[in-house]
Amino acid sequence: MIAYLIRRLLIGIPVLLGVTVINFFIINLAPGSPADLFLSPTATPEDVARTEAELGLNKPIFVQYVNWLTQLLHGNLGVSFQNREPVTQLIGDRIGPTLLLMGTSLVVAYLVAIPIGIIAARRRNTVVDYGVVGASFLGISVPHFFLGLAMIYVFALTLGWFPTGGMLTLGRGGGFADRLSHLVLPVVVLATAIAANMVRYVRSSMIDAFGQDYIRTAKAKGLGTSVITNKHALRNALIPVVTVIGVDLSALIGGAIVTEQIFQWPGIGLLTIQSIGARDYAVLMGINLIAAVAVFAANLLTDIAYAVVDPRVAYA
Amino acid sequence: MTDPLLQVRNLKRYYPIRKGVIARTVGHVRAVDDVSFDVYPGETLGIVGESGCGKSTTGRAVVRLEAPTAGSVVYDGTDIAGLSTAKMRRLRTELQMVFQDPYSSLNPQIRIGELLAEPLIAHKRLDRTAAHAKAAEMLETVGLPKLYLNRYPHELSGGQRQRVGIARALMLEPKLIVCDEPVSALDVSIQAQVLNLLKDLQGEFGLTYVFISHGLGAIKYISDRIVVMYLGKVMETATTAEIFAQPKHPYTEILLDAYPEPDPRLRDRQRIIVEGDVPSPANPPKGCVFHTRCPYTKDICRTESPPLADGVACHFPLEAAGR
Repeated sequence: MIAYLIRRLLIGIPVLLGVTVINFFIINLAPGSPADLFLSPTATPEDVARTEAELGLNKPIFVQYVNWLTQLLHGNLGVSFQNREPVTQLIGDRIGPTLLLMGTSLVVAYLVAIPIGIIAARRRNTVVDYGVVGASFLGISVPHFFLGLAMIYVFALTLGWFPTGGMLTLGRGGGFADRLSHLVLPVVVLATAIAANMVRYVRSSMIDAFGQDYIRTAKAKGLGTSVITNKHALRNALIPVVTVIGVDLSALIGGAIVTEQIFQWPGIGLLTIQSIGARDYAVLMGINLIAAVAVFAANLLTDIAYAVVDPRVAYA
Repeated sequence: MTDPLLQVRNLKRYYPIRKGVIARTVGHVRAVDDVSFDVYPGETLGIVGESGCGKSTTGRAVVRLEAPTAGSVVYDGTDIAGLSTAKMRRLRTELQMVFQDPYSSLNPQIRIGELLAEPLIAHKRLDRTAAHAKAAEMLETVGLPKLYLNRYPHELSGGQRQRVGIARALMLEPKLIVCDEPVSALDVSIQAQVLNLLKDLQGEFGLTYVFISHGLGAIKYISDRIVVMYLGKVMETATTAEIFAQPKHPYTEILLDAYPEPDPRLRDRQRIIVEGDVPSPANPPKGCVFHTRCPYTKDICRTESPPLADGVACHFPLEAAGR
């Protein structure tokens, strides 16, 4: 297991390197220069050239990349073009709220999806099942931005139950209840897509498990329905479900960018949108790297989880 | 003679064939069609027949893992065909089954000890500690070391797993065990071991077996009486000695003839070659179901289904001197 982990981590190095190369060149393909954006419209071409030289943007792109990589190896992600703050600090300030949002969404989604999926599987081809499948189809189809705006309109503007956005009410300290009420709507939006997808996995996985011979054996033992469902079927059904968590995490990162923007959640997603608008290459590269590491880690964790939940899987 | 432990009467199990968008029932697969037999306490009744003849469905209906379409299964005075789920659960302690596939019938996520102890705990016979102690005892009874309690099924070989399957069936101290092709998935060398184990356990625990197999060797070795099935119907039923000495039904004769002869000097004898395939149980032939392949078919066989009389369902049963 240890050897397997080391091997996996070593494979990660070229993968992450490749991701940074692709990101770096794609970002630099965009026309225009960051310097144009934060100098005043009256700036002379000499001013622009001076700023570009300061930011190192006048050098060939390959040199820029090598410089960035060299800095990275020193643990330095560079400095934001916009406000000259270190990128590590910018990301560090924002990552907490994002992890809170994503983590809560993931937990909520699973807590909702697993029981519903089991119920749908047990009542296969009934009205209940059709309702669940239909609702999940809707949940998968609806875009984050639409659901987010609809939620704000109904629950924040019309009913006034929850705040429209942000992470805490300014000037009121932001106690637990305050933070919780800010968390509800964005979590619902993010969790909907994850749960809608997960319900289908749980349902089909449970249906598959119910059809297995060992379920017939369990029935022959005279076990009750709940033991058969929750012990015999669910343990086997969760194996394929676990593998989806890694995929979900990448979807969650994408969803978080949009959701944070809609709810003005002060996390990495909001920072991403702001940095794209400002052409803040340094910050974008930092975020991309963090996201790539997160997805890589999620996949690794998935594979480890696989070995934990299935006694037949062993890594050598 | 003592009263039978199990009386199966006119058992039918039809599977609907559904077609189209609205899943209209367009016909039925007659997996088991009007099957009757008795099983007496302490004996082994063998059910033999080729693939798809309904022998496994019959076995599953006997322990109510499959609800019969019609007919009755009277176990110890109770008709279990129409029994409620709750009452059936209690009766499961007396009726157990050993399954054909020792690979898929054991839950891969659950350790052997738990698999074995589980029914005792579920039926509140013993607490967890005592149930696991009994599981250890039972493992040794079927010839496996106690340390397998903490193993998962995939860590065992096929023969070992089938021993676990047998131990599992024995845990509740049942009276009747349906063995559904318990040795068919095993290597020949292991088959004999498992058959001997089943025989020993029968003596030790006073068990009654319904032993289902397509292999005549296993059936002959273990059964006291035999039921021969073809296309969902009983063709012949008699004691093992009678069937092997003098089959009365042409199908039984052919079945025995197809059985490999271990004596090389006898291998060149004339064989009875059967023409054609087994007809579909969704659309069985009129009259005697075997008439399409029977070498002795006469007109009446095509129109009238022969009743099971005197242990054979044939208009023209074979006699000692042949035909």
